[in-house]
Amino acid sequence: MSANSVIFAVFLMSTATIAAAQPPVSPDAARQRELVHLVRQDCGSCHGMTLQGGLGPALLPNSLKDKPQEGLVATIYFGRPGTPMPPWKQFMSEAEAEWLVQQLLNGLPQ
Amino acid sequence: MHRILSFLLALVLAACAGAPQRGTGDLGLVIERANGHVTLVDTTSRQPYARIGGLGDLSHASAVYSRDGRYAFVFGRDGGLTKIDMLEAKVVKRVIQSGNAIGGSISQDGRIVVAQNYTPGGIKAFDAETLELLSEVPAEFAPGQFSKVVGLADSSGNRFAYALFDGGEIWVSDFSDPRRPVTQRFPAGRQPYDGLVTPDGRYFLAGLFGEDGVAMLDLWQPEKGARKILENYGRGQEKLPVFKMPHLRGWSVAQGKAYLPAIGRHEVLVVDVATWKEVGRIPVRGQPVFVMARPDGRQVWVNFAFPDNANVDVIDTLAGQVVQRMTPGKGILHMEFTPRGEQVWLSARDDHKVLIYDTANFQRIGEIAAESPSGIFFTTRAARIGF
Repeated sequence: MSANSVIFAVFLMSTATIAAAQPPVSPDAARQRELVHLVRQDCGSCHGMTLQGGLGPALLPNSLKDKPQEGLVATIYFGRPGTPMPPWKQFMSEAEAEWLVQQLLNGLPQ
Repeated sequence: MHRILSFLLALVLAACAGAPQRGTGDLGLVIERANGHVTLVDTTSRQPYARIGGLGDLSHASAVYSRDGRYAFVFGRDGGLTKIDMLEAKVVKRVIQSGNAIGGSISQDGRIVVAQNYTPGGIKAFDAETLELLSEVPAEFAPGQFSKVVGLADSSGNRFAYALFDGGEIWVSDFSDPRRPVTQRFPAGRQPYDGLVTPDGRYFLAGLFGEDGVAMLDLWQPEKGARKILENYGRGQEKLPVFKMPHLRGWSVAQGKAYLPAIGRHEVLVVDVATWKEVGRIPVRGQPVFVMARPDGRQVWVNFAFPDNANVDVIDTLAGQVVQRMTPGKGILHMEFTPRGEQVWLSARDDHKVLIYDTANFQRIGEIAAESPSGIFFTTRAARIGF
């Protein structure tokens, strides 16, 4: 197995885990507001309420657009060991993390 | 005729005097983080007296005061530095000094205001009178590598101590000559996340996120270098997730003991300040963010990171345990005591209120409307070392 196909296999596995957990349905309107509030207020402790970064990196569309989407979802859901980024899985489903990544990539609503 | 003269004299005097004269010792400001406003408050009447807008992004903002308590210097997240006249309730000067800032401090002689920045990483010194840039110290810890700066605190002799989150060092910059600062560097440990200076100005402590422990530098004998205290306080156990970094600026020392937030543990660590050894730990209801002593040191109030930020625990330092568990409001972000500690003001971000409590009986004695309030800063800070 070449290095490339190993990477591809890992990539498939990670997308499979995320895709298998829940179909990508949008949270309802009330939950969407909760999630946006969570990002602005609580993720904002480190990333800034306007998401321009702080102790954590900026979460604006331009700063995220070159990063693989699955990696962003996994970072929110599982956290990033060795950095201050904690896992948020006790507060949202993977589908909701996916929805949030979509919102961040398009510019988070107010 | 005599009567008319006295009436005219009274009129003239009234016109000259303008607003009645008053001191600033019982004033303060509340950051309204969502909309770039500050509300000015009076802790005697427990009422707001003015509201000022146009301060930019205040989502992580803090304030320090001129030595007479007349002017507040507000540091905004977007690098804005705004000087506010507390008596005339207006902005007297505002500059954008960096791309992304985290706070600041004022020198012992009150002449230099220093901002600490994430982007570009480093500190900048300004003339407190004019906000003219005097000098800067880029936090370049390795060639081409700049660190976010945390924990900036003033110390004696117009020196400022701070820590480098990415560089893992404590730096001390001497601004005796404000245009030519001299900086000393000390290795500290992995990922210092905030710092403080003890009330006597002697020790600078930097909390470490990347390891269990706190780095300490004796500013009276900096040549001895930084050493670790509270090493391995987690005892190798897996850390709980930290959903908000603790703040050390609220520094608590009471009865010869310091009370510090643990990282990744729902505990307050108790340290003997004579030996700097851990002498106890007190379980609390979440990841502590601020651990603040009432000015007399009898009580220590603790607020918490998300998702436990509706709670406040009060430790009685004589009993060595939590004696009051409160749920005062949604999103309790900050606490500030009145100068002698009979009241504490709490910001309840998601209730859009500042809540005022009597610290003797834990009764709510007032509240003030504010939009997404965060930091509360009273003018008493003007006279404290390390602010």
